[in-house]
Amino acid sequence: MTRIDRRTTIAGAIAATVVLATPALAQKKYDPGASDTEIKVGNTNPYSGNASAYGNIGRTIEAVFKMVNDNGGINGRKINFITYDDGYSPPKTVEMVRKLVEEDKVLLLFNTLGTPTNTAIHKYMNAKKVPQLLVATGASKWGNPKKFPWTMGWQPDYATEAAIYAKHILSTVKNPKIGILMQNDDYGKDYYNGFMKGLGKANEKLVVLRSTYEVTDPTVDSQMIALKNSGANVFFNITTPKFAAQSIKKAAEIGWKPIHYLNNVSSSFGSVFKPAGLEASQGIILALYRKDVNDPQWKDAADVKAWRAFMAKYMPSANLNEDTHNYGYSVAHTLIEVLKKCGNDLTRANVMKQAASLKGFEAPLLLPGIKITTSATDFYPIQAVRLARVKGTGFELFGDVLASESK
Amino acid sequence: MEQLLQQVAAGLANGAIYALVALALVMIYSATDHLNFAQGEMAMFSTYITWAFYQTGMGYWPSLVLAMLVSFLGGLVIERVVLRPLHKAPVLSIVVVFIGLLAIFHSMAGAIWTHTIKPFPSPFPNIAFVGSGYIGPHQVGMIVVSLVLLSLLFVFFRFTSLGLAMRAAAQNPVSARLAGVPVDWMLALGWGMAAAIGAVAGAMVAPVVYLEPNMMAGILLYGFAGALVGGIGSPGGAVFGGFIVGVLENLIAYFGNLLDQTTGIYIIGNGEKLPIALIMLITVLILKPSGLFGRVTVKRV
Amino acid sequence: MAIETSKAGHAPLSVPSRLSPTRVLIWCLVLLAALLPVLTHMTGIISNFYYLQLSLMLVFSIAVLGLNLLTGFNGQISLGHGAFFAIGAYTAGILLDQTSVPYWAAVPAAGLVCFCIGYLFGYPALRLEGHYLALATFALAIAVPQILKYRHLEDFTGGVQGINLIKPEAPFGLPLSPDQWMYLVVLLVAVLMFWLARNLVHSRVGRAMMAIRDHSMAADTMGIDSARIKMTVFGISALYTGIAGALHAIIFEFIAPDSFRLELSISLLVGAVIGGVASLPGAVIGGVFVQVIEKYADALTKAISNSVHLPIELEPWTIYGIALIALVYLMPTGIAGGIGSLWRSMTRLRGTPSG
Repeated sequence: MTRIDRRTTIAGAIAATVVLATPALAQKKYDPGASDTEIKVGNTNPYSGNASAYGNIGRTIEAVFKMVNDNGGINGRKINFITYDDGYSPPKTVEMVRKLVEEDKVLLLFNTLGTPTNTAIHKYMNAKKVPQLLVATGASKWGNPKKFPWTMGWQPDYATEAAIYAKHILSTVKNPKIGILMQNDDYGKDYYNGFMKGLGKANEKLVVLRSTYEVTDPTVDSQMIALKNSGANVFFNITTPKFAAQSIKKAAEIGWKPIHYLNNVSSSFGSVFKPAGLEASQGIILALYRKDVNDPQWKDAADVKAWRAFMAKYMPSANLNEDTHNYGYSVAHTLIEVLKKCGNDLTRANVMKQAASLKGFEAPLLLPGIKITTSATDFYPIQAVRLARVKGTGFELFGDVLASESK
Repeated sequence: MEQLLQQVAAGLANGAIYALVALALVMIYSATDHLNFAQGEMAMFSTYITWAFYQTGMGYWPSLVLAMLVSFLGGLVIERVVLRPLHKAPVLSIVVVFIGLLAIFHSMAGAIWTHTIKPFPSPFPNIAFVGSGYIGPHQVGMIVVSLVLLSLLFVFFRFTSLGLAMRAAAQNPVSARLAGVPVDWMLALGWGMAAAIGAVAGAMVAPVVYLEPNMMAGILLYGFAGALVGGIGSPGGAVFGGFIVGVLENLIAYFGNLLDQTTGIYIIGNGEKLPIALIMLITVLILKPSGLFGRVTVKRV
Repeated sequence: MAIETSKAGHAPLSVPSRLSPTRVLIWCLVLLAALLPVLTHMTGIISNFYYLQLSLMLVFSIAVLGLNLLTGFNGQISLGHGAFFAIGAYTAGILLDQTSVPYWAAVPAAGLVCFCIGYLFGYPALRLEGHYLALATFALAIAVPQILKYRHLEDFTGGVQGINLIKPEAPFGLPLSPDQWMYLVVLLVAVLMFWLARNLVHSRVGRAMMAIRDHSMAADTMGIDSARIKMTVFGISALYTGIAGALHAIIFEFIAPDSFRLELSISLLVGAVIGGVASLPGAVIGGVFVQVIEKYADALTKAISNSVHLPIELEPWTIYGIALIALVYLMPTGIAGGIGSLWRSMTRLRGTPSG
């Protein structure tokens, strides 16, 4: 009895706020995957295979939804989070996603991880008109509402981030000669293309060497030696955490000290700078949009404290140094905000509509000044970053909040 | 020129990694005639064991020795429990068993120690020495360790009675049994030694590539390539083959980049170094099917 | 130290007579499978997703059959059949993407390309025995995805981004969904391929293939041109796997180098062995195994631990590994062989009721 009472009061409270915003939403409307009691949310993550380090994102999201359900759910509905292992293999993602959509009948797909994997389901989701929301990849193709109205990214897109580095190099470095190390896949390409666009046609020759590696390569030593010998004085490092750590360490070992720009993908002390060696990591420049939870400067921030409490209760055995946990926490709260705004109209169309009308939402763990704003024509939720430098065991932010200019 | 030397040195360092893995592969192959696809994952698991001992604060060398011991026993047990009952099974079934072992070790490591990369200590002092501009102290240490291990194995197989018995058991089990060699136990011993060598290989590799469940996946491929070019029956060939593969891939990328930078023509680069190296290896095999150092096999009809 | 492959553990093939009960049963099953979309169309019992699953089981059966012809019937071990799967998929993909070749022509074209490549690869393979051949094919499997990313091929292959395709609609206005239609196409191809394979292994060439496997030198002395046969079998095997790859590409409407990693080659080999080496029904079982067990290890384990309420969390891949080893123990001749011997012992029991 008490449970019903609480639910009705919560629903009432929510309804009151929703009614103020959009009066038409009082009526209950459902698409497959939503009901009076639950909302089915689908997800794929690499819990096995060579990208398995990212599996923690899925685990964290699952824990966040468990916390939400323990506290009564969203508008009285529990989230039923169904997540499958796709091993970072595109055909497997297609199958798992078809299972989620056609068999499990989820309302929406949330934070499916990876660029090649999301590419494989991009057309399918839009043909099926099922939301592919807040995907865990920064490729720029996720923000194209004209052609793909059912797909939306979350984090700042790689191309924009790379263009910001390019502009920063052009405005601060005298006679830059740029060396690039990149992973030879979709993600590396996106950063690279964005970077070249940011440099502009006239400055393309500033890139003296572009070296690639495969995820199966044991080391990037050979590439780093080639980059050092190319005479580059600026290094743009497009690598995932393990290779980022290797390259930072190797650069120090061979005595190469360029101005080092590192992609946000590897902005982690726990899995990059500490393994690489803090001394070797000093001064590396990168763009941030989330707080590093282990950075002393955010020790007393309310959202960081809430995150710590959550981790202690719901993921007690997790390693707090892993950046994947705060990524998962932050993105899960963005979906919660969207679902809250949906009120009782849990149709797929309304989910997309609400996702596309976030106005200055401050998701937990985002840097101060960075807010989530979307519109019917803007499917890039986070578009601002701040440049920072590795200093000691934390990041030193410098400059203003930089918004994207490439859109 | 400067860079060429550096690339060769880096190639030798990577080659040492491949050589160590190839050596462990050859151990099992020589003892049991099987290519152990789970070798990389077993070495990775052993490295986690080393790491776990090291976390207790007991120091590097005691941790490694203890882990080698545990791995040795583990290898022994796997042979006795998993493979012994299958000694008459066709080779394809054995391959599937290895794939099963691979899956088990890989997923267990992830479940026990998580998938995040962990830094792993190097036992070699970080000091400057002649030529340290070309190659780091850990890299030199790795090369030395692989050569020392090879020499020890050479002495063991050539001059100790146990080593001779193991060779006899592998090459001619029937006669060896008649001569009183406990052939079954020799095979198990081969497994144990391979697992212990894997522990050393892992401990040498981990400071460079970091400790994580996938750390050996790529390396095993190169280890196979090294064993392939050197001849999978010969420890010396495996080590040499490992070094060849390491140097070769760097040189391919180096000359590819050089061509690109001087003439602007892109033919090969880092993306193609592995396929090119593999094509070269297959060519070697066609010309000399048992590898550069392999024995010629005689078949009886 | 000669390595002789898969000598033990498969029963000699018996040629079923023209109207044996097995034959009738098989054709009934095929007919039923073909009528499935019609039967379920009205009721909607089987969703499009399950047609996808059925299609994939058949696709992997064809691929496993291809590997089985080479490894099981001819004794040449390949750890790299994923390479031919990828080449088949890309041949079909590029044809569909860049030319106006229809899909029903792209599939045999892919098979033909793979046959040529397989035949040529069979030549160096002649010089390699046992484990060396295994490792050389292993190298092929690693090299192919890298080559697909090669900068100068990007105009054709789409580089790391891959190629998007469009699934064909059912022709003549048939009231079938694309998934149902592709299922019928795949079923037709699979029946054809299995029928051809059956005729092949029962032919003179087939007996020569097995003679080479069981004793190559003896086969030579019997006047079998083993070099030509081995190369041809390599080509045919690649053709089968390539056709499977082409169908896979069309079903998924998307191909990328990441889809054809080493794991695929290993899956096919596991499927061939677990299903049953040198057995045609074994290839079907192997295809089902590849599709269901490997892809759903994670989902299956979750379902089990949720329904049984186990105190510990199960690791899907640990269980998969244990299952593989257990299957090799319990059914040394594969699931097909296991079922066969079970069937034989049951019929024997029935035949002698008084004991």
